[in-house]
Amino acid sequence: MSTPAIEIIGLTKDYAVGFWRKRMRRSLDSLTLQVEEGEIFGFLGPNGAGKTTTLKLLMGLIFPTAGTARIRGCSIDDVRMHQDIGYLPEQPYFYDYLTARELLDYYARFSNYGALERRERVGRFLDLVGLASAGDVQLRKYSKGMLQRAGIAQAILHDPKVIFLDEPMSGLDPVGRREVRDIIVDLKKQGRTVFFSTHILSDAEMLCDRVAVLSGGKLQGVGAPADIVSIEVHAMEILFEERGKHPLPNELKEKATTIGGRYRVEVAEAELYPALAQLESCNARILSISPVRPTLEDYFLRLVGREETIAPQVEVNSR
Amino acid sequence: MSATTGPVAINTFREAVRDRVLYNLVFFALVMIGAAVLVGQISIGIERLVIVNLGLSAISLFGLVMAIFIGVGLVSKEIEKRTLHSLLAKPIRRWEFLVGKYAGLLLTLTINTGFMTLGLAAALLYVGRPLVRPDVSIVIAIYFILLALALVTALALFFSCFSSPMLSTLFTLAIYITGIFANDIRAFGDLASSPLVKAFARVVYYLVPNFHNFNVIAAAAHGEGIPFSLVAQNTLYAACYVTLLLLASSAIFSTRDLK
Amino acid sequence: MSRPKQKVTWIAATWVPLLFACVAALQVGIDARTRTAIQEQEELLLSSPSAVQKISLGYDSLLADVYWTRAVQYYGSRAGTDHPNFDLLWPLLDITTTLDPKLVIAYRFGAVFLSEPGRAGAGRTDLAIKLVKRGIAANPDQWRLGADLGFLYYWRLKDYQDSAAAYLEASKEPDAPLWLKIMAARVAQKGGSLETSRMIWSQLYESTQNQTVRKKAAEILRGLKAQEDETRLDELAGEYQKRFGRFPASMLELRDAGLVRGIPLDPDGYPYIFGPNGKSRLNPQSSVVILPEIKAPPSPAK
Repeated sequence: MSTPAIEIIGLTKDYAVGFWRKRMRRSLDSLTLQVEEGEIFGFLGPNGAGKTTTLKLLMGLIFPTAGTARIRGCSIDDVRMHQDIGYLPEQPYFYDYLTARELLDYYARFSNYGALERRERVGRFLDLVGLASAGDVQLRKYSKGMLQRAGIAQAILHDPKVIFLDEPMSGLDPVGRREVRDIIVDLKKQGRTVFFSTHILSDAEMLCDRVAVLSGGKLQGVGAPADIVSIEVHAMEILFEERGKHPLPNELKEKATTIGGRYRVEVAEAELYPALAQLESCNARILSISPVRPTLEDYFLRLVGREETIAPQVEVNSR
Repeated sequence: MSATTGPVAINTFREAVRDRVLYNLVFFALVMIGAAVLVGQISIGIERLVIVNLGLSAISLFGLVMAIFIGVGLVSKEIEKRTLHSLLAKPIRRWEFLVGKYAGLLLTLTINTGFMTLGLAAALLYVGRPLVRPDVSIVIAIYFILLALALVTALALFFSCFSSPMLSTLFTLAIYITGIFANDIRAFGDLASSPLVKAFARVVYYLVPNFHNFNVIAAAAHGEGIPFSLVAQNTLYAACYVTLLLLASSAIFSTRDLK
Repeated sequence: MSRPKQKVTWIAATWVPLLFACVAALQVGIDARTRTAIQEQEELLLSSPSAVQKISLGYDSLLADVYWTRAVQYYGSRAGTDHPNFDLLWPLLDITTTLDPKLVIAYRFGAVFLSEPGRAGAGRTDLAIKLVKRGIAANPDQWRLGADLGFLYYWRLKDYQDSAAAYLEASKEPDAPLWLKIMAARVAQKGGSLETSRMIWSQLYESTQNQTVRKKAAEILRGLKAQEDETRLDELAGEYQKRFGRFPASMLELRDAGLVRGIPLDPDGYPYIFGPNGKSRLNPQSSVVILPEIKAPPSPAK
């Protein structure tokens, strides 16, 4: 069994809160999980679940109350661990008096490249994230989306083996998101491991080999997206529109939602053919028929809803 | 180590330049020009004295303002602006980052002072005084000013590791002023009757950096020689104190959670 | 394409200069009310040297230069006016020399103008001596200060013993010129004689860079010369009287009697004249002045 790319064991973080800093709030509770090399791993959870806390712990920006973690076998305490990793923080800020090119060049200096190779890399990655034309503009003039792209560039510039991305799609337009998705897929093709946190579930479903769901500081579940969500088909969705002079059957109409001239109705699997027959009789035009599968979102919402009825926050008495 | 502190230092210098910090040199130039032109009319016979006094005092004051106001933001600004988050993901230790920031500001101060020295020399030449051998004491005075600035910067950096810029400014200023009056504090303690006050004054005297040691402006203005032993002592004193502060800063910063 | 101007820009453009004018006018009014009648009362906010030293935060020598400039201007603006007030001269010089004990010109300035009587100085010889002694303590190698001390004892206090001692002390400095020793001897033996006084003032004239002091010294030297001349002329007049039974009426008579060769001229180039009682005196057109301090008969040392 090869070394896992990321190994987290019992990672816990408490914060002292309150005016006198007496009470403890546990923002991460004994997280344990493993990410194998070459995986695209999604880290999901609602706001405040502890995702950013986890990433900050791994990066050494904050220190754990308990537990350890290893990346490619190297402890997170060891500065050498940082040589082969890349990190994109949530809502990144960079030195706004630098241009993107200067920023990448600066960060590249922490890896051992000669001047020529550094220049070549910086140019190549600026190109990759679509900032080639804005490379010599100061970062203070960048839009959020451009900053995000610069952030991704600095995270992968040095060909790291494990890349950590905190909300990589945030601030990007659909084109940008598509490009980032492509980059992530490409990274996996190169054999790298990508660990990214997001609350955009469709991205997670599309990209991830496996996901972990975090809520209230606790790990709720780990597995392939398909495993977490059951494959059972519960209902069928029919999209149709009126055509011709015959009105639609009322019961269908009542159950359907409509946008413009189109109707959408969900029927139980057993009811599918009778419904189709009804529509056939009115000569309605069938636009599509597809199974309704519960998505990650459903799982998610159920999870969060359940969490909120149990306890809004997990509080631990101070020692 | 210098593979990581070097880039940080250069980048810190670059930030100062892009923040137009060096424009203070324009102001300094104006002051020196004004002085050179007017001094002949106001104080005949002591032109050199006045220009050297004014020049050295200005170098000291401008440098002090720069050291404090940039110094207190060295760390806190990076935390506030979250620029530190992506940097610390790189293979750089926290103390290497600190030393790099310190070196960068020190570099800025040194270059700034260098330009000011040229300005001072130009003003001296303008009032018709050729540069003679005793002027080496002016250079030594400037070197001492730089040593003092190195100390103040280290102080500001230290506070920057754990308190807000405003508080850091107050603390640094307070210690600086105390350091100027260090000798007076000791004298006050010697005169006091209570042994507790005496002991307290002594402790404060030795703890606080003695900035009075670095002030040889009067001697330089009068063209007096400055003994080499003082140069060696001050250099050593500054080096020790700066190292002490950098160590303390590293200790505090290395265990601090970043927000 | 400029941005459209807001209404407030127009309002500001008109009112801001107007309001500035109001502020200036108000200030004129405030100044007129607080100004005192004849002389502006000047006050030193801080007259304690140690307080000023604390405030200076290490920039002592620069502040010393500032106070020195102030002292010079303070003196210059008052000297020669009617009823001048030099009360602040001592505190200003006190602060200056406390901030920079090596500012030798300040001690030298104080030596002359703190002790100077009348309308040209503060008339406080005691403070002048105090200042110069402090200067000597802080700058033992500056023999000129020792000479200034000798001058003060000699000229202001007529204290020839202390004066000689001061000159002697000054002569011991490695760079000290020879005349100091000579002066010490002269003062001790012939203190008060016009010749000694002339030597002392000549040395002061040579050694100072201060134009005011130079002018003063030149004036005194001329007065001393005139005094010397008058004394000699009076002696000759006495001779004349012995020969001819009356005092000479003019210099011509003196010359014709063969007692002088040519008409004696004062340092300003005007001939001396004789008064009715046979005492010689200066021509009224002459600008030479024999100051009262020169006229006062030299008294022996206490």
